[in-house]
Amino acid sequence: MSTFVLLVATGLGLAGLYFLLAAGLSLIFGLMDVLNLAHGAFFALGGYAAWTAMDVFSWVEPLGLRFLIALNIAGAVGYLVGVGVEKLLIARNYGDHLVQILVTLGLGFAGVALLGGLYSYDPRALPQPDWFTATTTVLGANIPNSRILIFAVAAAVLAGLLAFLNRTRHGLIIRAGVENRQMVQALGIDVGRSFTLVFGIGGMLAAVGGTLGAVYFNGITPGLGTTQLIFAFIVVVIGGLGSITGTAIAAVVVALVQQFGNFYVATGVGDIAVVALLALVLLVRPQGLLGRSAR
Amino acid sequence: MSRPARGAVVGLMTVAVLAVLPFVGVAIPGVLPGPISSAGSLQVLAIGLVFAGIAVSYDIVFGFTGLLSFGHALFVALGAYGTNLMMDATGLPYAAAVPLTVLLVAGVAALLGAVALRVGGVPFAMVTLAYAEVFSILLLADPLRISGGEEGLALVSDGVPDLLRGVVNIRNRYWLALVFLIVAYAVARMVTASRAGRVWEAIRENEDRVELLGLKPLPFKLVSFVIGASLATLGGGVYLLLVRGANPSLASADFTLALLVMVVLGGAGRLWGAAIGGMLYGLLTLRLSALGTSGLLDGLPGPIERVLSEPLFVLGTLFVLLMLFAPGGVAGITDRLRRALRRPATTSRTPGTPP
Repeated sequence: MSTFVLLVATGLGLAGLYFLLAAGLSLIFGLMDVLNLAHGAFFALGGYAAWTAMDVFSWVEPLGLRFLIALNIAGAVGYLVGVGVEKLLIARNYGDHLVQILVTLGLGFAGVALLGGLYSYDPRALPQPDWFTATTTVLGANIPNSRILIFAVAAAVLAGLLAFLNRTRHGLIIRAGVENRQMVQALGIDVGRSFTLVFGIGGMLAAVGGTLGAVYFNGITPGLGTTQLIFAFIVVVIGGLGSITGTAIAAVVVALVQQFGNFYVATGVGDIAVVALLALVLLVRPQGLLGRSAR
Repeated sequence: MSRPARGAVVGLMTVAVLAVLPFVGVAIPGVLPGPISSAGSLQVLAIGLVFAGIAVSYDIVFGFTGLLSFGHALFVALGAYGTNLMMDATGLPYAAAVPLTVLLVAGVAALLGAVALRVGGVPFAMVTLAYAEVFSILLLADPLRISGGEEGLALVSDGVPDLLRGVVNIRNRYWLALVFLIVAYAVARMVTASRAGRVWEAIRENEDRVELLGLKPLPFKLVSFVIGASLATLGGGVYLLLVRGANPSLASADFTLALLVMVVLGGAGRLWGAAIGGMLYGLLTLRLSALGTSGLLDGLPGPIERVLSEPLFVLGTLFVLLMLFAPGGVAGITDRLRRALRRPATTSRTPGTPP
């Protein structure tokens, strides 16, 4: 029983990471039809931004406060880089989705190699407060607090995103744009600004995910984001493109299936099960759980 | 001279030049590690030729049918691992293991393609990328203890004929790579010029219209996917021999995306463009890493030098610049695929309703 609870808790932590990556991807794709292949590089960038911030602010005590500062700096860096990339590279090619995708492809390659050149490919561990590695006992299982923290951050992000999308004017425009971009443009609204905003938010979420990923995986490597990105893609497709709630549900399902398969059957079986799940969803419901038609 | 005839002459001349390269003792400083006829140079060139052939196979799927598959590297990896495992398990000679593997993988590709082709455009890209990546994870985790984990597999040399073994016979392996490129090119040329090839191009241009004309796009797309995958598997089999082993990096997302770079780098939805792109990519990745040790970057500050000696950084940046400032070189293919990706999200209209 305690193993089961522990697996669920770890799975929920992983689900949080997947959600942070996938939410940005899903929004960017839903609104702009751009598959952001550089999203994994944003994830790694966040991890290294946090690592650097921890280094620079090493005089800040207690460690928990320092981590909070680093998390915020990583988010800000992710947002700024996302906005910069959108304005400099993506916005030049509106209406040309293939070129946009290919630009993010090159950017992903270059970004990961850049981080590798600057920080080397050896894992960099983020200093963690003792509280992170301490455990909380739930139903007889000793759950590392960091897992709970990651899930809590992801849940807060979900609530914040939903509030932003449903309660603000920017959110309204984004939702309308996901639904029917041409109509929004025809109404005289500058969708380009929403594109920039969504790309920035996506970058921010990925960077926050990278910081928490450095905690979850006990270190950050340049390629970590790319590996996670694949599962984020699966989450996005299963959840339904452009649907945040669908993405959240799919993140939990995918992470739990993966954890249980890998633990109870054999390492690697969970990963296969996730792809089988993806195949099943595509056969039964190609548009994903809560998505518009995927074709 | 008519255009096809001129193309044939250029093609034959290119093949002739490539075939006699192992006898040319000229050095090309900076591009190749030694004189062209040296073992090191021929190895680099042979890998370039295999990449060129694989890029051509990808061009069938991506360039001609408009399927943005990100899982093509999966089939290259299956070719390399499959051939080696088959030689190991059955004791079959190399010449028999390769075609058998190609047949097997074609079946696998048909299954995977049938599922992935349920969706189109970018979702298809995501699904195929997921296939390749999960396979790569499996290779690394190695639950069945057959793929050798991070180390990969060393070539089972018992099945390999003497003519293709050892440093002395690098020329023969170079020619084998050239033969693979010619086969891939000829098959690609044949299928894309066939009636099915015409339908592929029509699907890339406007899938709805193909449906309206009474043809089912799915079987055509599936055939394109399977033919491309089979040629890639063949390429994997040849690659196995060249690098004397199968490495998990073959199935990595990086290699998958590198194939896309090759085809786009070549600058056209044309087969020769893809071939040139593959060759170029092979040379660039193998030789850019030599840039770091060349002493060219020595005067630069440490971090900048380290970043610039990352081949993927240079390549990725070049690629972004190419896409931003010279998309004209790839205009043909992007124009057509652009339309395919922008296709409205409604193909599930009930029959009988007005469009």
